[in-house]
Amino acid sequence: MDNIAIFASVILTFFILVVPSGIRYIYTLGVTIFIILLTSVPAAEALVHPAGPVQTFIAGGFLGTIAFTIDSLSAFFILVTNFTVLTGLLYSNGYLESYRLTKTPAQFALHYFSYSWLHLSMLSVLMLRDGTSFLIAWELMAVSSFMLILFEAEKRTTLKTAVNYLIQMHVGLVLLIIGFLLAEVSTGHFGFDGLQLYFASHPNLPIFFLFFAGFAVKAGFVPFHTWLPEAHPAAPSHVSGVMSGVMIKMGIFGIVRILTFVQSDAYLIGIIMMIIATLTGLYGIMMSIVQTDLKKLLAYSTIENVGIIGMGLGMGALGMGAHSPVLMILGFGGGLFHVLNHSLFKSLLFYCAGSVYKATHTRNIEQLGGLIHRMPRTAALFLFGSMAICAMPPLNGFISEILIYYGLFAGMQASTVFQTMSMMMSIIALALIGGLALFGFSKAFGLTFLGSSRSEIHVDVNAVSPAMLFPKLLIASVILLIGLAPVLFLLPLFGMIGAQFQLNPEPIVLPLVHTLSKMSLMGIIFILVVVAMMILRKAVMKPGKVVYGPTWGCGYTAGTSRQQYTATSYASNFAELANPVFAKKIEYRDIHEEDIFPAKRSFTLRPADVFRTVLTKITDYSMLALKKIARLQTGNIQHYILYAFVFMLIIFILLYLNIL
Amino acid sequence: MGFLLAIVTAVFFPGLILRIKSIASGRKGPGILQPWKNILVLLRKGSVFSTTTSYIFQIAPAIYLSTIICAMLLLPFPGMPSLFGFNGDFVLFAYLLALGKFMFILGALDTGSSFEGMGANREALYSMLAEPAFFILFGTLALLTGHTSMQQIFESFQFTGHNAFIIGFIAVYLLIQIAMIENSRMPVDDPKTHLELTMIHEVMILDHSGFDLALIQIGTALKFAMYGLLIANFLVPVDGGQLIANSEQLLMNGEKGMLHNVGSGWMVVMQVGVYFMIQAVFASLIGLMESFRARKKLVRNPQFIVTLSSIALVAFILVLLITFKMVD
Repeated sequence: MDNIAIFASVILTFFILVVPSGIRYIYTLGVTIFIILLTSVPAAEALVHPAGPVQTFIAGGFLGTIAFTIDSLSAFFILVTNFTVLTGLLYSNGYLESYRLTKTPAQFALHYFSYSWLHLSMLSVLMLRDGTSFLIAWELMAVSSFMLILFEAEKRTTLKTAVNYLIQMHVGLVLLIIGFLLAEVSTGHFGFDGLQLYFASHPNLPIFFLFFAGFAVKAGFVPFHTWLPEAHPAAPSHVSGVMSGVMIKMGIFGIVRILTFVQSDAYLIGIIMMIIATLTGLYGIMMSIVQTDLKKLLAYSTIENVGIIGMGLGMGALGMGAHSPVLMILGFGGGLFHVLNHSLFKSLLFYCAGSVYKATHTRNIEQLGGLIHRMPRTAALFLFGSMAICAMPPLNGFISEILIYYGLFAGMQASTVFQTMSMMMSIIALALIGGLALFGFSKAFGLTFLGSSRSEIHVDVNAVSPAMLFPKLLIASVILLIGLAPVLFLLPLFGMIGAQFQLNPEPIVLPLVHTLSKMSLMGIIFILVVVAMMILRKAVMKPGKVVYGPTWGCGYTAGTSRQQYTATSYASNFAELANPVFAKKIEYRDIHEEDIFPAKRSFTLRPADVFRTVLTKITDYSMLALKKIARLQTGNIQHYILYAFVFMLIIFILLYLNIL
Repeated sequence: MGFLLAIVTAVFFPGLILRIKSIASGRKGPGILQPWKNILVLLRKGSVFSTTTSYIFQIAPAIYLSTIICAMLLLPFPGMPSLFGFNGDFVLFAYLLALGKFMFILGALDTGSSFEGMGANREALYSMLAEPAFFILFGTLALLTGHTSMQQIFESFQFTGHNAFIIGFIAVYLLIQIAMIENSRMPVDDPKTHLELTMIHEVMILDHSGFDLALIQIGTALKFAMYGLLIANFLVPVDGGQLIANSEQLLMNGEKGMLHNVGSGWMVVMQVGVYFMIQAVFASLIGLMESFRARKKLVRNPQFIVTLSSIALVAFILVLLITFKMVD
């Protein structure tokens, strides 16, 4: 990776806009693979030798120079990012196929260009340490993903969602700028190096939570998550996969990067982070269960997983405060490993949901059902992803959750009652999250793919090309590999954590490797038992002995598919139980007497996000206040001159009184 | 060893429950092996599949049974090593069972029947609510003993002094209740009910037949024996002297020393005897509870299950008091 290569990768992306539309996808793929190779090779090297010197690449020209730095932490995130971006791109070709009729080549060009720039900006966020260039890359990431969400801009809701997203991203950006500026004022460096100095000499808690809030907007911690469940469904599915899989992880990256600087108050930071993360996890999965939009359900489950990641990181921070390397290794290890795992199964699930949307043109679970008969392979992959996300053994989600469990059990043996209690609360929360995830994903898979269709929708299987299966199979095989041989992936990860937080992971990792290998063995045994059972079943079930008939209807033979359990009814008993947390949005349009042309009566019931309602209230009030202030804007030039005069007068008086 | 003994118990377990229930209701009742005779008949029978179902329906029972078998492999037998024990194995134990339930729920949803949707939904809710109780219980034990593998937890549990009695009592009570919920038994669900609207487990297997139904019934029998073994781990006495000798050996031999952790001949015979007694008492208890206890209203069930978590929390706070008093 040198000057020419870095410039080449930037310039090559601009040609996406001008290449003939026939080869645009192939060209984009080529450029992306070039960028992936360019960054993955040094990243892999940095991860294999975490203690080695940090690799720096200076790119410069007549305007100045920028240093791209790859240390082991950014290397880990670079590899995760590259993989998901690649699968997303592979999937996009088939997914966007049907849009060729309705969208112009220029729109396609812009889409692929933005996709490439999302990739480039994410990589830059991971590699830049200088404040200005980091913030520019951060902003480019927001803008390029904004463009990607806008692909279906003709839909009103998409437009609204995208603008909402852009605004919220800038709230986060402002917090980050304030943080960097604070550090610059006292240290003279604008960037991460300045922050490191700042953290060494100032109280850590306020500045950490300033950055935490800034990054949490991107990562989707409650209560900063409200953009997430809107933006993910609005975007095309490969974009949702990439956004949920890796883009929000840039927020996690930022938090971990800041955590490496923390010198004091780590214990308190850890406790507060764990509380926020636990609430995020519980709230995310609870909201996920009551959703009826398949992609919104997945989006809320992203919030849940961010919560799990945050629990790991919080535990690591707590370990820093308590000087416990065990907690640090298990906490950061579990959290960061979940970053990798979540990027895999969540992108897989979003791609599957995209295929469902392609074939049926709806994401509403209430109208779906029985898709397994028409799309058996997509169904199998969705099931696989659901099992992984519910942390079912022997898949990858289980490994990261058990690491966090280990950390919690180890943390419980602490000398203070307070820590023991908080660890226990986290264990309860994690167990509950596990049970709730099972509930949510049995609903997502069971009602979308099983049973029979709940409405008269046309399933166009041909809309989903077999080529779209390839990236999903690729992800699924990695999921299984991680599940069965976690040690392969964990050893470099632990090495990285050791290097980042200056500790020796060996004494903790060695027994862990022993345990994990036993777990892998158990996983293999489990698969063998299942296979053996299936073979036995096949041998016993002779074709002559099998009869097909209708489902048992309790004697009632005229049942229709509309009588099946629906997404709302499946979640109803849970929703009743958790009623205080939920807000419902009921829209009822009755026929009024005075209606001259009465329209149809309609009733819709939608789950609403409490935080979104609160946010809307805040913006409404500030709109009111701003409207009052807007009276100052009269349009009269005389008034404006008067304002300037009054302003100067005030300054003068203040100066005179020595206040300013 | 524990695995084999549990399988042996599973053969008699459902029959024993049935017999006790029959006697309690004044009938003679079928022979103890009758449920297994039924299963054998089912194994040989043909199957009827609904045309609505897919391959999920066909693989679900096999995976359900496999998860239970694998979960049983993780359990230790008092004073003896478990086949696959490792640190935090009870997490795997719980998640394996959750996987089985997940597939079981999907199998029910696959039929597209609203009855089975109802059952699936209840099963999902109840197992979600019961999950924390199990984790609090084992978290408490881990705190008390300082270990996280089931074998070490149980071994050191019995030597924590008088406190072990009260914690053990709560643990056994909780495990019995959890077993009842997991197997969809009395206070939560009634296997004898004959109205689909009020069923949980029975309604989910309405469409299963032949070999698949047999797999599910074997699974249920094994699940009982599995919880029985778990309970027995609290109650079967362990040879303390032998254990100390073993732990010394363990220190010398490192990890491999675990394999020699078997008590003397008579001790083992005694332990196995006590184990069978406990299983028999457990089965009779279930039979009696089913005979004399009314089923709860469905809307009351979540409340009941959450109560278990709070009882587990009481145990946790007790252990907190014990351990921190010891420190002082």
